[in-house]
Amino acid sequence: MNSGVGGHTGTKTVAAVGTERVAGLTRGAPRDVVAVAAGAVAAAWVVVALAGWRVLAPRDPALQTPSDRFARPGPEHWLGADQFGRDVLARVLAGARPVLVVAPLATALAVIVGTVIGLSAAGLGGWFDGLVMRVLDAVTVFPSIIAATLFAALVGRSRLVLILVIAATFVPIVARSVRAATLVECAKPYVEAARLRTEPTWSLLVRELLPNVRATVLVEATSRLGDAVFAAATLSFLGLGEPPGSPEWGASVSENRVWLTIAPWTLLAPALAIASLVVAVALLADALRRRVDAS
Amino acid sequence: MTEPRVTGPRVEGPLAGTGPRVEGLRVEGLRAAYGGEPVLHGVSFDVEPGEILGLVGESGCGKSTLGYLLAGEIAPGGQVLGGRIELDGVDVLELDPRALRGWRSREVGIVHQEAAASLDPTMTVGAQVRAALINSGVPRSASGESALGLLRRVHLPDVEILARRYPHQLSGGQQQRVVIACALVGNPRLLVLDEPTTGLDASVQHEILTLIAELRTELAAAVVLISHDLGLVGQVCDRVGVLYAGRLVELGRTEVLGTPAHPYTAALLASQPRLGQSRTSGRLTAIPGQAPGPGATAGCAFAPRCPLATATCHATEPTLDPLDHRRLVRCHFPLDAPPPTPGPVRPAAPAQPRPEPVLLDVRGLTRRYGRTIAVDQVELNIRRGEVIGLVGESGSGKTTLARALVGLSAAGDGALRFQGSELHPRLGRRAPAVRRQIQMVFQSPDTSLNPRQRIRRILGRALRTLRAGQVTVEELAGRIGLGADVLDSRPDQLSGGQKQRVAIGRGLVGEPALVVCDEPVSALDVSVQAGVLELLATERDERGTAYLFISHDLAVIGYLADRIVVMYRGAILEDGPSAAVLAGPHHPYTASLIAASTGQPRPRRARNQAGKVNTSDIGCRFAPSCDYAIPGMCDTEPPPRREPSPGHHLDCFLNPGELPLWPQPIASVTPSPANQNQGAS
Repeated sequence: MNSGVGGHTGTKTVAAVGTERVAGLTRGAPRDVVAVAAGAVAAAWVVVALAGWRVLAPRDPALQTPSDRFARPGPEHWLGADQFGRDVLARVLAGARPVLVVAPLATALAVIVGTVIGLSAAGLGGWFDGLVMRVLDAVTVFPSIIAATLFAALVGRSRLVLILVIAATFVPIVARSVRAATLVECAKPYVEAARLRTEPTWSLLVRELLPNVRATVLVEATSRLGDAVFAAATLSFLGLGEPPGSPEWGASVSENRVWLTIAPWTLLAPALAIASLVVAVALLADALRRRVDAS
Repeated sequence: MTEPRVTGPRVEGPLAGTGPRVEGLRVEGLRAAYGGEPVLHGVSFDVEPGEILGLVGESGCGKSTLGYLLAGEIAPGGQVLGGRIELDGVDVLELDPRALRGWRSREVGIVHQEAAASLDPTMTVGAQVRAALINSGVPRSASGESALGLLRRVHLPDVEILARRYPHQLSGGQQQRVVIACALVGNPRLLVLDEPTTGLDASVQHEILTLIAELRTELAAAVVLISHDLGLVGQVCDRVGVLYAGRLVELGRTEVLGTPAHPYTAALLASQPRLGQSRTSGRLTAIPGQAPGPGATAGCAFAPRCPLATATCHATEPTLDPLDHRRLVRCHFPLDAPPPTPGPVRPAAPAQPRPEPVLLDVRGLTRRYGRTIAVDQVELNIRRGEVIGLVGESGSGKTTLARALVGLSAAGDGALRFQGSELHPRLGRRAPAVRRQIQMVFQSPDTSLNPRQRIRRILGRALRTLRAGQVTVEELAGRIGLGADVLDSRPDQLSGGQKQRVAIGRGLVGEPALVVCDEPVSALDVSVQAGVLELLATERDERGTAYLFISHDLAVIGYLADRIVVMYRGAILEDGPSAAVLAGPHHPYTASLIAASTGQPRPRRARNQAGKVNTSDIGCRFAPSCDYAIPGMCDTEPPPRREPSPGHHLDCFLNPGELPLWPQPIASVTPSPANQNQGAS
């Protein structure tokens, strides 16, 4: 080997350049750990919701044991018992299902409708775009809580109403994001080429544009899912959606909030359940958005 | 090289050269790899102080890697495997990171590709030059004056005012000058210029090259100029190194480009149209295949694409050997390559075709962006089967005009008639049958192909929507020179040339009457460009499609076009048959374009700062930059239309006899085989 290179190492890299980029790469690793942990938490709740309390819970969440009223967390009741002596752990586990039915369905509905609206508004443009966006503005300014109360008064409280109200709240948000992403794509020459070759409008939207805004739709869906969990819990807390006595988390928090000083566990357990799911989904959405942005 | 060398004295410190100090740059047996795959295979060359070495080659041949390594930089994932880089006796690769940084700030100036991207948009240009000065150790108090001095040195006008501007307020050429000014900080001993003029107009390109040539003598620095533009390298460089697959295959004085000894050099030259070459007089020959990616190969790296390859070439790799006392060639059979003559002449269209009916008639077309007029009262007609070459610098309104014709621009004044009936300015209002008749090939195939669709889908949709009848996707792929194996790939898996072929095939499959090609080859390598131009020429000859072909490259335009239209700041200054426009007499603006693209010095006066067309413009648009301008006339009255020869029109006050005939008339435009080898004389 010659003296210049073979002196000590044989091969070497010129180190001074690119150290920042290398540091940036290593910083990426802990984020992945966070995303995996968040995924595990969310997946655990999905399993709980699918399996149901009958498989997992130590006892019936509706079973009242007056002697165990306000029992502290212990070997008998792991998370304690509430005012009727019902097991808090069983109720938290049973409360997962209503949340995980309402939130994903509401999100799916909002994403589908919002994507159709956003895609067609941007793709068709002109007066249609203007009209659609103004209608969405009108929907946005109408508070969802009032809408939910109104619906509950008119139709009675039901999960369907809850789903529809949450979806209606999210449609404008999804539609705006998808529209913005579609407008960016519309300015690209491949769309102009499609217009030049007389590609039909639906084909332009579905074949050309939709695959290219897929990433936005995906990110939008995960972000909205976290919000939907929170919204479902909030509306249940206000007494909308679930019938009285439901173990749903928001309803449980609402039911037990008066016992905060006497039996905080009755309140904390469902509250932490909400928080864990919302935060986990939000972190997953974050990780997904970063992945999409990087590509 | 892999063979061990005699151990020489170690360089102890950054400046502690032992023995006689060697001036200039010496690169010896430099080998580098990315991700374990070798990309440079023992590159050796010297550059004396005050000398310009040009490095040419296709994309991916290692030009940029080499250029960056010269400044001691390697991208993450890269490794230097061996060899040395010495500048004035200092071994760059032996420096520790700290010393390297200091050395870089003092001894090396590097100008990266795309000047605009290397300037900070939030800092004034003066502040950026000052930052570079302060980094190199100039005291803060003195840096302001030094910065102005540097800006003056790169011939920027009114530097006191200009230094307070932000990069986006400067033209592309001015930005490039600022980047060069930053590179000059500390009087570097080595200047590395990576594609310094790519993306600039011919005339601006020429100004930058003149500047580089001047600085070289002023600085007495070793200059390495990396480019894929052979013409440019031939114009300014003292010596040329041709890189192929990470190896120098030919190194010598610029005569390398006149009488290439390596078949690769010859092939590169044959693939670049020269000014005056026309598709009717001599065809381009593209290099078959693609440059190999990183990695080791057995035998000569060029053998798979070489027309002269023998069994020897495939078996053993040739060494870089002296051919004569001033040229090195890495070839088993040097000088066997045919000289860079154009390909065989195909049966051309009859010399004087009978006038075809007018296909598209443009009357008084005007398009505005806000208060800026991009296209002003343009009159143009395109006959059936005619290839119109539209040339002009960036900002001249070429693209706006093209988009107005295909219906992709906002509405404005003016009338369009297509095949005798009125054509609505908005695409959406045109009948589908008319829309299918006017297609467009876009500049960048990266954005004109849907990234989420496979090639089969892209071509299939075009066949369906453009009513291409019985043609199958496979047949179409064959016609545009693509194998059936690419049909199931997505665009990002294809090379730039392949993508543009797909875009052309898609646009032409329905046999449209008119195809607008907006700089379809400006993003491609020379060797790839030749293939794409050939495809366009063949499609034109076989199907009689009319083209409006836009380019800022006069040689490319001249190769393809029957008629050339010269646009400047929104208006047409000259139009006529290609031969007449290239042969002259020229409009002074056209003359400056021709001069710039042949490398003959004809500096234009300082460009006027406005750069925008205002409605208040009266007189000739070119007057502020025209060497021939007659004060009090050219800038106050609109110039009259002259017709120096039948069908050749230009707007100028000068009589045809007074018009510039510069440079020498381009001889080979006439389709006579005897003249073909002259190129641009």
